[in-house]
Amino acid sequence: MDKKRFRYDAALIAVCLLISLSLWGLITLTKKPGEYAVVTVNGKEWGRYSLSEDREVEIETKTGKNILIIKDGYADMIEADCPDGLCERQRKISKTGESIVCLPHKVTVTVEGKGEGSVDLVGAIMKKA
Amino acid sequence: MKTRRIAFLGLCTALAMVLSYAESFISFGVPGLKVGLPNIAILFLLYNMGPVSALSVSLVRCVLVSLLFGSVMSLAYSIAGALISLAVMVLLKKTDKFSPVAVSVAGGITHNAGQIIVAVAVTGTEQIAYYMPVLCVGGTVAGMIIGIAGAVLLKKVKIKL
Repeated sequence: MDKKRFRYDAALIAVCLLISLSLWGLITLTKKPGEYAVVTVNGKEWGRYSLSEDREVEIETKTGKNILIIKDGYADMIEADCPDGLCERQRKISKTGESIVCLPHKVTVTVEGKGEGSVDLVGAIMKKA
Repeated sequence: MKTRRIAFLGLCTALAMVLSYAESFISFGVPGLKVGLPNIAILFLLYNMGPVSALSVSLVRCVLVSLLFGSVMSLAYSIAGALISLAVMVLLKKTDKFSPVAVSVAGGITHNAGQIIVAVAVTGTEQIAYYMPVLCVGGTVAGMIIGIAGAVLLKKVKIKL
């Protein structure tokens, strides 16, 4: 009985890991170096900055302030006055589709490629599901 | 009998809340990636007192923890995660084919999935879904740790109500 149970367990865990690995592969394969850091507030575009130009952007919203820095082709959130400060700890981004999210302020920074928007496979899958 | 049950559920709620608080000190740099310590209490309840008790304690915990340490938004995330993960855990337990460890793994992953879905809906940014693989692997590992801890607890602690 226990052996059988272990087999079911292993199968379930293997399936979970397989799904996440294939998602991972799908995402890394579609990643390209980006051109712009696009800032959205509340789901709407707030600003668009070229990654090739070093600069500091202050994002002032009704809910608070975030400071985004663009340097050497990377965008990084260095300061935020939200209570959890999770966005400060998120990794700097440079590739198409990568993003930094500040949930308390509803601010997102996403890297986009040249011209048309990035190929958002995961988004497409999520929409269908 | 009934009073004992109420007292025990209250105790478990308090335990789950303390575990949520303790968990807020453990961060891996990825938003939403957590060990899921409160799930030990929920798992324990699910196996000992059934889905209704587990659900009520889980919901009360979400509301209280959000009021105390979080915001209204964090309430939406945690409730979505809690509902989905509990539903999946109840279903898997009903099949009687999986051990608590596997049930907990499925709970961990679906908890993250629920939060991601709400985050995508709230911020309107599908890119948040890029976190899903990381959260999937994280949820699997965390779910195993929690499941093993829960299984030990279930073996050692016998309650009679």
